[in-house]
Amino acid sequence: MDLLNALVVLANFVLIPATSYGAQLALGALGVTLIYGILRFSNFAHGDTMAFGAMVTILFTWLFQGWGISFGPLPTALLALPFGIAGTALLLLGTDRAVYRFYREQKAAPVILVIVSMGVMFIMNGLVRFIIGPDDQQFADGERFIITAREFKTMTGLDEALSIRTSQGITIVTAVIVVAFLFWFLNRTRTGKSMRAYSDNEDLALLSGINPERVVTITWLIVAALATIAGTLYGLDKSFKPFTYFQLLLPIFASAIVGGLGSPVGAIAGGFLIAYSEVMVTYAFRKVLDYLLPWYEPEGLVQLLSTDYKFAVSFSILVIVLLFKPTGLFKGKSV
Amino acid sequence: MTGNPWQDDRGNKDRSITKSSGAGGSGDPVRHRTMGSGAPRVTDGPFLIGDNMTGGYGSGADILHGCTLAVDPGQIAVIVGPNGAGKSTAMKAVFGMLNVRSGAVRLEGEDITHLTPQDRVAKGMAFVPQTHNIFTSMTVEENLEMGAFLRRDDIGKTIAQVYDLFPILGDKRRQPAGELSGGQRQQVAVGRALMTKPRVLMLDEPTAGVSPIVMDELFDRIIEVARTGISILMVEQNARQALEIADRGYVLVQGSNAFTGTGEELLSNPDVRASFLGG
Repeated sequence: MDLLNALVVLANFVLIPATSYGAQLALGALGVTLIYGILRFSNFAHGDTMAFGAMVTILFTWLFQGWGISFGPLPTALLALPFGIAGTALLLLGTDRAVYRFYREQKAAPVILVIVSMGVMFIMNGLVRFIIGPDDQQFADGERFIITAREFKTMTGLDEALSIRTSQGITIVTAVIVVAFLFWFLNRTRTGKSMRAYSDNEDLALLSGINPERVVTITWLIVAALATIAGTLYGLDKSFKPFTYFQLLLPIFASAIVGGLGSPVGAIAGGFLIAYSEVMVTYAFRKVLDYLLPWYEPEGLVQLLSTDYKFAVSFSILVIVLLFKPTGLFKGKSV
Repeated sequence: MTGNPWQDDRGNKDRSITKSSGAGGSGDPVRHRTMGSGAPRVTDGPFLIGDNMTGGYGSGADILHGCTLAVDPGQIAVIVGPNGAGKSTAMKAVFGMLNVRSGAVRLEGEDITHLTPQDRVAKGMAFVPQTHNIFTSMTVEENLEMGAFLRRDDIGKTIAQVYDLFPILGDKRRQPAGELSGGQRQQVAVGRALMTKPRVLMLDEPTAGVSPIVMDELFDRIIEVARTGISILMVEQNARQALEIADRGYVLVQGSNAFTGTGEELLSNPDVRASFLGG
């Protein structure tokens, strides 16, 4: 019984939150890794692209809520998601047309594009704050829990409770669907294969008749979808505040680099690795230990790091990977 | 290379492949000589000819000086010569990868001097670069599919033909091309080029870096390809073996034709033997 209780505590406070956080990171890292593989630069504006996508989704959510449209037990934001993706796609294609295309025509070195993307990041940053403001926004509605703590306790008779929030369930289900669709697209369709070919050898792709501008446009469209979905899921799960999206850049890049830049599988693995590390290192294990090792009475909370230091975790992992395996776990490109 | 501050180092390091303007230097008065509505259409010349080509990369110095290369259907034409003679450059000129300042390139009598390399692919020319000529992260079959990207019809038959020609590729169709040996990679590269069902196949040193046995086998396959009616124009370092299979040989020296003849003629020519074939 103690073992079960310990497991439930662990699942409730570590496994489930880390899995949904990992799914959000994985979606974000997939966008970063796609841009790196195909447009060949680290897109520092990705965090703010997620913020922009989430913002458009929130605005449409409010509009729908104002009209009295709801999605039953699911959050209205899911209905608004396609509109958010469309808005973000317009922004990204506009940015590409106005900014990135020039540097692409010059065949600019990646480091220059990185700096350019930082400029884009600041503009998007300002744009989001200008439109929706820097404060926290609540937009989650519908049923809050799939399983509440009370239901779980009466169901199982355990002392400890496991609750699963709707946002966590939606995050995981959505991430699975999106990732499956992305891999099907990249590995099975003609267009997806041409994107991989372009990423592999640009000149040979040209010789084979692949149109680079088409590949770039489709990449931005996919990135817009991934960023908006990741941003909205994160906002539903936690709350929407533009600054936190800027901060998300670090764990997202850590995920993409740990997995291997340019490797979609790596981005997903990296996302979960970073999320689990972050949550586990900053979780106070006292309660779990109380059940598992009753004779051992620790003095503190058995917490390695305060949650304030969670970014230190992704940063350390990033540094370690860059030092010892710069191409990441899944044979990506070195940075 | 071009002093472009934004220059990148991706792709196969050969900027000229992606040249968008087609051949012909900018602002060069000679370039429009053969253009205009009445572009001459020579009907009785060779199938593909790079006629009296003079030119170089970008706005740089001329590398070719009145160089002529020609090939007929089903023939193998081989370009040999000492290092730095402009062998690869001459072939790239035929494919539109550098500025031909005077002279012309004609395919079936049609002047294609000013087409981009990509447009020439659509005209039925295929080019296998010397390096970076496969998609290493993609499987063999995907490489072939990408070779046929321009085609909208059923490519299954052509893939089967490539597997007939290179049986080893059929066995390894699901393997990433980057995991294959050097000779197998060259087969993938040639197979990818054949996927457009080209009429002319251009090979830039197909046997560079492969063992002698593999080289012989590659040459056999190239002869087979030629027998299907495809013209082959290739640059070779292994001059003797290449001339043995050549219907036509071109010995280039410093960007112009030093000797021209059938492979046998060149092999038996004492001057050619003394200077290029080691006696």
